[in-house]
Amino acid sequence: MCGVAGYFGKGVAPAEAKALLARMTSKLSHRGPDDNGIHIDGEAGLAHRRLSIVGLSDGHQPMSDPSDNLVISYNGEIFNYVELRNELIARGRKFRTQSDTEVILHLYAEKGLDCLDDLNGDFAFALWDTQQRCMVLARDRMGVRPLFHTQRGDTLFFASEIKALLTVPGIEASLDPFALDQIFTLWTPLASRTAFQGISELPPGHLMIIKDGRIDQRAWWRQSYPDAGHVRPRPDAVEELRALLDDATRIRLRADVPVGSYLSGGLDSSLVSTLAARAQPERLSTFSLGFDSEEHDESKWQALMATALGVEHTTVRCTAGDISELFPSVIRHVERPILRTAPAPLAKLSALVHQNGIKAVLTGEGADELFAGYDIFREAKLRRFCGRQPDSQWRPLLFQRLYPYLPGLQRQSPEYLARFFGAGDDRIDDLLYSHRPRFRSTSAAKLFFSPELKRELGDYDATAELASMLPPDFSRWHPLHQAQYLETSFLLPGYILSAQGDRVMMANSLEGRFPFLDPRIIDFAAALPPDMKLHGLREKHILKQAAKGLVPDAIIERPKQPYRAPDSQAFAATPPGYLADALSTDAVARGGFFNAAAVEKLKNKVLHQETASFRDDTAFVGIVSTQLWLDTFSTKTE
Amino acid sequence: MMGNTGTEIMADDTKTAIRAFIIENFLFGDDNQPLPDDMSLIDNDLVDSTGILELVGYIEKEFGFKVEDREIVPANLDSIARILAYVDSKRAK
Repeated sequence: MCGVAGYFGKGVAPAEAKALLARMTSKLSHRGPDDNGIHIDGEAGLAHRRLSIVGLSDGHQPMSDPSDNLVISYNGEIFNYVELRNELIARGRKFRTQSDTEVILHLYAEKGLDCLDDLNGDFAFALWDTQQRCMVLARDRMGVRPLFHTQRGDTLFFASEIKALLTVPGIEASLDPFALDQIFTLWTPLASRTAFQGISELPPGHLMIIKDGRIDQRAWWRQSYPDAGHVRPRPDAVEELRALLDDATRIRLRADVPVGSYLSGGLDSSLVSTLAARAQPERLSTFSLGFDSEEHDESKWQALMATALGVEHTTVRCTAGDISELFPSVIRHVERPILRTAPAPLAKLSALVHQNGIKAVLTGEGADELFAGYDIFREAKLRRFCGRQPDSQWRPLLFQRLYPYLPGLQRQSPEYLARFFGAGDDRIDDLLYSHRPRFRSTSAAKLFFSPELKRELGDYDATAELASMLPPDFSRWHPLHQAQYLETSFLLPGYILSAQGDRVMMANSLEGRFPFLDPRIIDFAAALPPDMKLHGLREKHILKQAAKGLVPDAIIERPKQPYRAPDSQAFAATPPGYLADALSTDAVARGGFFNAAAVEKLKNKVLHQETASFRDDTAFVGIVSTQLWLDTFSTKTE
Repeated sequence: MMGNTGTEIMADDTKTAIRAFIIENFLFGDDNQPLPDDMSLIDNDLVDSTGILELVGYIEKEFGFKVEDREIVPANLDSIARILAYVDSKRAK
């Protein structure tokens, strides 16, 4: 795991190139504290910060192939590099190192851009082809590793994190109002857009070729599902899944340093940890996060699982004060406003793992998206069920069973429950049907947008833009698959793998590895009949079957508890010193994005109330994070 | 009619109080937003499930009666006009 940076174009004077690249990578030192390097070739500059995990002694980057025709700066891991390397050697290729980096170079030399299809791993890289005089940027299928870019004149600059791009003279930081609207609707900006005006993200599964002054960006992979009528039964699916997961975990243990594992107490990380412990019983350490608040804490399940595994297990407790104290640093790392504090405890957890000398961890990320674990999938099914009998007094009560951890729902009448979830109101043929209630409830926080911002946004509709980005065959998929696509293609890369993943892990020089996101498992899960994933209202049905006999039944059958952290309560418990400044009427008015008088009332309400509503929680965390973003990054002067 | 009757004055006061609560708690003081008496609080994203419980807590405290669980329905609480009618009907009992 590492940080990459570079440029391509005539806009960097040769005398300035080295200093510029050094300045860019100085902002990425947390991603790669072990080594750094620079390669300059005329109009092309590549730089690298290294976190050494594979090929400790000979993995220096930027790295050239034996012909010196290709140079790469690469962030990530290719987990099947052993097999690919053996195949390349069998075809006569000579290797100079043991690293996975060199495998990409050889594979590109042989197959060009088609080499991406062979890579089973998480990566973002810049490859300079000295013969073709072209720069290639590429990013992994699901967007595990980040890559951003911007232009100054005819020169393209790129980096693993935006803060490196901000060191380029002339690149300014100002908040993109449309990105803010997207975040306050969808939880994430829609790639290529980022929170920064004029700075873009290379979307997951995309590549970019820069040659002869032209930029060509295109998808090299995208998530797809079979047409609804063409899903085939899979009689051996459980055994097949077990074998795939076993191998996906095994190859993700490849490293020249110890690999740890997160244990959340849920099924996904328990299964991954179990498979990892079987593969390397003496070396595995597991790590967990505990909360003081009972509604968020899963310590009981984590302890049960750690005991069952018999591994060395370490827990860190996260208090409300920890969350509010860490929050500004989290915003600096995630580089965008967020609507939940959940990344903050994960930053504390990654710090603990780092202190224990671990550089890479396995986690269960991806299982909820691929195997229909999230409540939103069950919710959409229930809404359709209720919509068929809109007058039923009984059906809407099922929503209470769906969300036992939301006390506000438990006292509600069937009429209100049906209204909250739009059961019967939303159009069944709406492409975004599954996510409408979430988008509606999140958008309610836009009440706090300033009149100026509302004017600028006009009639912009983030959900319409999202709908316009859906693939042409989307409407032919089963409703569950449509909902899965929305989670997998937008929220997973845009929030889960970034704000709760790469960015808060790499803040502490820790690499996340996600066995469920092995491309073989992605393809396998997409082809499964929907009812093997969501069976009635039983989520992750096939995964639970596959876990039988491996994971204790108590873990398999426990009620699902989504990962959550105290939000506005974290600030109410011990208001951090920076809060008064960040939310002062002056600061909010100066920022210009929110209604200062309304924010003052919101602050007084949530800081003195035991339970904040979903809307108030969302608005409060969104506004605090936006104000911190402005303090941290904005170079815009009024 | 030359003036309001006592009942009308009470209804006006009640409506004013309900409107003020909604503006303060669900619109955070922003009285520029349109808020006609018959506007749905749910459809316009003014309240969610926790917001309903806030509203119930306010009614119980302000008007001095208990809101039964079976009465927590949109027909009673989903607009200023409906809340007013509900409060009046409870007072009449």
